[in-house]
Amino acid sequence: MSTTPTSDWPQVHLHVVTGKGGTGKSTVAASLALALASRGRNVLLCEVEGRQGIAQMFDVPPLPYEERRIATGLPASEGDRAGTVFALHIDAESALLEYLAMYYKLGRAGKALDRFGVIDFATTIAPGVRDVLLTGKVYEAAKPGRKGGTSSKAGAAYDAIVLDAPPTGRIAQFLNVNDELAGLAKVGPIKAQADTVMTLFRSERTAVHLVTVLEEMPVQETADGIAELRAAGLPVGGVVVNLVRRRDLDDEQLDLIRSDGVDREEVASTLGRAGVTTSPELVDALLLEAADHAERRALEDSQRELVAGLGVPTYELPRIASGVDLTGLYELAAELKRQGLA
Amino acid sequence: MSTRTHPRVGPLAAGAPAPRPLDVDRLLDDPATQIIVCCGSGGVGKTTTSAALALRAAERGRKVVVLTIDPARRLAQSMGIEALDNTPRPVPGVQGEGSLDAMMLDMKSTFDEVVLSQATPEKAAQILENPFYVALSTSFAGTQEYMAMEKLGQLHASARESGRWDLIVVDTPPSRSALDFLDAPERLSSFLDGRFIRLLLTPARGPAKLMSAGFGLMTHALTKIVGASVLRDLQTFVAAFDTLFGGFRARATATYELLQAQGTAFLVIAAPEPDALREAAYFVERLSEERMPLAGLVVNRASSQPEGQLSAEAALAAAERLDPEADALTVGLLRLHADRRRIVAREGRLRAGFARSHPAVATAVVPALATDVHDLSGLRTVGGLLADTVD
Repeated sequence: MSTTPTSDWPQVHLHVVTGKGGTGKSTVAASLALALASRGRNVLLCEVEGRQGIAQMFDVPPLPYEERRIATGLPASEGDRAGTVFALHIDAESALLEYLAMYYKLGRAGKALDRFGVIDFATTIAPGVRDVLLTGKVYEAAKPGRKGGTSSKAGAAYDAIVLDAPPTGRIAQFLNVNDELAGLAKVGPIKAQADTVMTLFRSERTAVHLVTVLEEMPVQETADGIAELRAAGLPVGGVVVNLVRRRDLDDEQLDLIRSDGVDREEVASTLGRAGVTTSPELVDALLLEAADHAERRALEDSQRELVAGLGVPTYELPRIASGVDLTGLYELAAELKRQGLA
Repeated sequence: MSTRTHPRVGPLAAGAPAPRPLDVDRLLDDPATQIIVCCGSGGVGKTTTSAALALRAAERGRKVVVLTIDPARRLAQSMGIEALDNTPRPVPGVQGEGSLDAMMLDMKSTFDEVVLSQATPEKAAQILENPFYVALSTSFAGTQEYMAMEKLGQLHASARESGRWDLIVVDTPPSRSALDFLDAPERLSSFLDGRFIRLLLTPARGPAKLMSAGFGLMTHALTKIVGASVLRDLQTFVAAFDTLFGGFRARATATYELLQAQGTAFLVIAAPEPDALREAAYFVERLSEERMPLAGLVVNRASSQPEGQLSAEAALAAAERLDPEADALTVGLLRLHADRRRIVAREGRLRAGFARSHPAVATAVVPALATDVHDLSGLRTVGGLLADTVD
């Protein structure tokens, strides 16, 4: 009997991960990619914000505009063959030049465009065009039976794509490329491209996951983000609650600590039994820490209720005290797999 | 001068250089400080820090206006600025001789106002309706940054004229990168001044001989990609905007000079996380390149150092020796302590890394609060922590 849990999102091919700044959106995207890359499945992790965050997390040199193999995935179970995670750093300038070369054979004209500052113009200011280019490239990667293009070393199609997307405040606008262009390009290839991309984004093959922490503003932004995604007809996936505090103390113990009802002498004698050089100051210090922790846990609990009320599946990832390094990413990946996001 | 007598939150890793403490009150009290710009990557508490600094300055006697970008609802409510009307309003409940006005940036109306002030009414109407303008004023990455700086310029001019304020505190937009707002005015003005725009204007201006073969090729390509109507809209927009270009460039230059001026102080805000500190480091380097006056670094959300000598390892070893059921409470306390120690150690390492590569940057470390700030007394507490007067 396999104890491997099954994914809540078996039909999803494109996982879009968003979140407010500081919530660990990129960490979650990377962990999800590792978690999905099991049973020999190949996963592409894309970033579009020019930060080279993937390279830093996986401790590899800065990524080019080209798919690169960066890690072995998380095995689903003992003896299982792990898959491979590839990464792609998408920038709008390269995407536009590639797009022009691919569809228009614009060898010379492409260069002319660059010379006249059009590339710069199109990718920085022409409204919506930047997002169409970025999402268009993601679409190319996600397309079944895609061609080998300029960027595909892997050649084969990916089993899943994870997009480390712009933050929650901008996600609906980013994915809703159609709307962004609507006032401007009513016809033409850019519009057609936007339409194709939207078809994928609105389909059940896509899910937008939102990363939050259990604090007031990020939870509020998550709620707003979900409403915006729904209004735009984009498929909301799960909410990943990140950086959750340890739960070494249960509710009853926390209540006891809050009401200052802990028997200090008993704690002191237990500490003594464990071989700790104990003192009243140490006990006080431990209880002070615990009281602070209790206050934060209460805040977390109230925010957790709000998250539960959002009506989407939720997943929780612990805060790793020593910070998230590569080992930490695999730990988080295992946790996501266990809980069914992957 | 600092009145500090006790160490800051959390020790730096042993042997690491201790950064110079940032004397917040001295900065706020100095009448020469006219503008404080808070910048940093998203999610580090910039808005709260800006509001707390502004309140503290006001309660120490300054006449302050704070420009916030996107405050949390309850924080905005507590400052009486829920209404997004682009006008500074007095914040009720400020103690002492000083005063505090607050406002929330409305990017679009700031942009509209600039257009209206620069163009004839007919031309302004034409611009405001153009789809390119609508997009530029609402969604161009960088418009928010640019408009924040524009508003700063306006506030500064009005402060000079009316004497209503002697200190302006500015929050900066939650950019992808902390550097965006420094680049935005330059980017916008270089776009408006760019060769492409000049070329688009050429046909409207006359002699066809100015058009090169390359330009024909380019318009042909553009038409193929975006369609002819877009190009037409764009040309109309550019032609209408043409008269404003000079004004925009002049304003961008003026803002840039204002940022470099003596009375301006930049505070880089960060959290003890690798990404946020990396952004802070880039920012510090960039400010020095641009010769912009850096006052210091504020590290928010720091974990506080636990009391006592018990190390993380000793705490975990002790927890192992106990019965997880019968001694659950003590085991929990020990594990919690170990966790706290590790987090503090990690944050200390990260901050020490920053201090080692930027030893001259004065630093204030603000402990993480257990709850969010949504009233003036909460802001007052944060202000106290920033100035290190709270134990």
